[in-house]
Amino acid sequence: MDGLILREQIADEAAVSRRTFLQGTGLLLGFVLTGARTQSVFAAPASQVLDNEVTGTFAPNGFIRINPAGAVILVMPMIEMGQGVYTSLSMLLAEELEVGLDQIQLQHAPPNHALYVNSIIGIQNTGGSASVRAFWTPLRQAGAVGRNLLIAAAAKRWSVDPATCRAKDGVVFNASGSKQLSYGELAEAAAKLPVPDAAKVKLKDLKDFTLIGTRAKRVDSAIKVDGRALYGIDARLPGMRVAAVAISPVLGGKAKTVDEKAARAVKGVRQVVNIGEVVAVVADHTGAAKKGLEAAVITWDDGPNGKVSNADIVKHLEEESKRPGVVARNDGDAQNALAAAAQRVDAIYQVPFLAHAAMEPMNCTVHLRKERCDIWVGTQAPTITQSQVAELTGLPMDAIKIHNHLIGGGFGRRLEADGTILAVKIAKHVDGPLKVIWSREEDIQHDMYRPYYLDRMSAGLDATGKPVAWTHRIAGSSVMARYYPPYVKDGLDPDAVEAAAEPPYALPNIHVDYVQVEPPGVRTSWWRGVGPTHNVFVVESFIDELAHAARQDPVAYRKGLLGHNPRALAVLSLAAEKAGWGSSLPARHGRGVSVQFAYGSYTSQVAEVEVAADGSVKVKRIVCAIDCGMYVNPDTIEAQVQGGTLFGLTAALHGSITFKDGRVEQSNFHDYLPMRIDEVPVVETHLIKNAEAPGGIGEAPTAIVSAAVTNAIFAATGKRVRSLPVDTASLRSSS
Amino acid sequence: MAFTLKINGTPHEVDVDGDIALLWVLRDVLGMTGTKFGCGQSLCGACTVHLDGQPVRSCQTPVDSVGESAITTIEAIGQSPQGAAVQKAWLDLEVVQCGYCQSGQIMSATALLRDTPKPTDGDIDAAMSGNVCRCGTYQRIRAAIKHAAGV
Repeated sequence: MDGLILREQIADEAAVSRRTFLQGTGLLLGFVLTGARTQSVFAAPASQVLDNEVTGTFAPNGFIRINPAGAVILVMPMIEMGQGVYTSLSMLLAEELEVGLDQIQLQHAPPNHALYVNSIIGIQNTGGSASVRAFWTPLRQAGAVGRNLLIAAAAKRWSVDPATCRAKDGVVFNASGSKQLSYGELAEAAAKLPVPDAAKVKLKDLKDFTLIGTRAKRVDSAIKVDGRALYGIDARLPGMRVAAVAISPVLGGKAKTVDEKAARAVKGVRQVVNIGEVVAVVADHTGAAKKGLEAAVITWDDGPNGKVSNADIVKHLEEESKRPGVVARNDGDAQNALAAAAQRVDAIYQVPFLAHAAMEPMNCTVHLRKERCDIWVGTQAPTITQSQVAELTGLPMDAIKIHNHLIGGGFGRRLEADGTILAVKIAKHVDGPLKVIWSREEDIQHDMYRPYYLDRMSAGLDATGKPVAWTHRIAGSSVMARYYPPYVKDGLDPDAVEAAAEPPYALPNIHVDYVQVEPPGVRTSWWRGVGPTHNVFVVESFIDELAHAARQDPVAYRKGLLGHNPRALAVLSLAAEKAGWGSSLPARHGRGVSVQFAYGSYTSQVAEVEVAADGSVKVKRIVCAIDCGMYVNPDTIEAQVQGGTLFGLTAALHGSITFKDGRVEQSNFHDYLPMRIDEVPVVETHLIKNAEAPGGIGEAPTAIVSAAVTNAIFAATGKRVRSLPVDTASLRSSS
Repeated sequence: MAFTLKINGTPHEVDVDGDIALLWVLRDVLGMTGTKFGCGQSLCGACTVHLDGQPVRSCQTPVDSVGESAITTIEAIGQSPQGAAVQKAWLDLEVVQCGYCQSGQIMSATALLRDTPKPTDGDIDAAMSGNVCRCGTYQRIRAAIKHAAGV
């Protein structure tokens, strides 16, 4: 914990030195901390954060701020929500800047597209397992620019050739090591030098990395084991009130009657805000707000979606999926090849709506004033949030101050600004700062869900069992069409078909198409693993069906179709070997395999399951082989493989959101079940080391696990699972 | 109604209805935000605190039920030998991801080790299955408890 204390001291010094700086060179950005006493950045109380700007005497780019007192501040363009990105992005910068991870202080970036855009996504969004991929080069370049300038400043002072100097641990040394200057001492001089072109600075060779590739400790652990870490829900401001909310249980409905008097009679309740789609009870603390909300006994006018049901949504999908969709891939002549095949296999797969159910329920703190609007929230999408709030309030963009926070689990939920928008709508009716907290029930019942998809699969095999035809039709909601329409070209949503249009296997005649079907009364959105979480389940289950139809071993069958794809073949071989594929297992035990290329990474998993006579499934072991190219921190990768696998496994075994009378039927962790410690398998990670381009890791294990498990269930029981979550009743032993 | 609560060794006076959950008194009235809100129904364990050393879910603990009991929260758990050992093990084994549930996990693990210094896997399952982690850190939680216990 010493590292944190150090950072706190640094923050103190930074706050003092800022005054000097403001009188000096140009202000780039700043995240101004008031008062002499500030805490570590992650734990800086909201009331002490005045602005969205991050200051520093030496500020050669968006990511580095160094002050004369010695503070080295790294500005994090992507947000930390557990995936370890504050550690890995710091490692990329620190490697080239030549500072130790224990010497840095981190700050959340403000919304700023120009400085912090994620080049893979095209927005300043944290998602798509894209952070390391997008910032692998820019952050190392930024660090190298900083180091070069600091060295140049020292060389100038010593009147020596910069090439004779070197930097280490935040200090520049001359050739003999007899002279040294700290980065803090050099900050003012370095700030006056012209900044070189980042693209032209020389970066370290891979073999010279001292930090990248190591098991460096997470930078955010210490404040997460003693309660100091601050999430959006922890924001506290002078005079702040708290609101508990009841959102219309049916999308598009309105509050019909509200007993405002009863709500206001509760001690601590200050105000009831009824804006139709939501009723908010504003109080001194959440306990009073919740009690007031209960007393309000709200009745609802359901509006047009009061009859929405899962059965109707699925029936509609079944019908719509019979018509041809927008073509995502068409190689060869799949229809003719199918007709001419020696054997034909057909199947329909379905996956349910899923909630995110992050541990930190939805919340947002707003202070809306005439001339500005401050937002304290953990968001994966700060620029989108900023522009939506600007639109809603009519204020200019730069008047919308987004104070980002650590997120208590994102999983895609915080890519949406709906929680912030709702909070601002309520705050319009409230004087002073307001924190809006959703109950767990509101969080689950007013999520934006992973779409329900229905997939129609057909394949033709030749006499040897080899697939000669493959057709795949995907039907379901398009998240991309709503979220980012420019990415939908000619009606084709690239996310909806990701990992389906390009399966890793040799498939000579392949036709993949997509039918967009929007369910009424249901909001859909990104969910960890996005398109591939759905598609890999389908593709990897169906290839398993083909192996069975061909009477071949599932691993051997896949290997036979991966001759052209050495990295996929390598992860498959590694996972199979480490799992002991082929060794015998007791009755009703089975192993299943899956293979995936998504997010720039190759992954293979082998799951081992036991299916009890009553049909219950115990996943005993999961072996995961990963090739994500050059990597930053193997410990983070292992943590993501462990956690990401469980996130996908939880959904495969338990996850389903259903609708009846327009309402979500699940409400809390008793009926939207998370896996618990007594249920989870051991997850083993085997990492392939190479010099390929970096791949993403946060979502790969989530997307791949379902098929490995359901294929293992097939091996154990002979029953093919084509619909998630796994229906254990269908797996009962017939004996 | 006014209550005097003994929290981490210090008395705090609060004036709220007696049926208000201890969680909101800690977080909102007293500003001790280390204890987290997760479900409000004792289903996830994020809000776990100790009452006289026993783990309880503060979201379902009315403030008028606390009485003279000593309340310990995540902010002070490191002052006990078991709490400090658990926190150190959490750091040694890099347990945390988003970290939101970890206050509750650490409070449950500390209570486990106080009662059962050398827990079995079964003991860990029984003591920890009330604490949900959506990041899926369970494998490391189990290892860290054993690390702290020296088993």
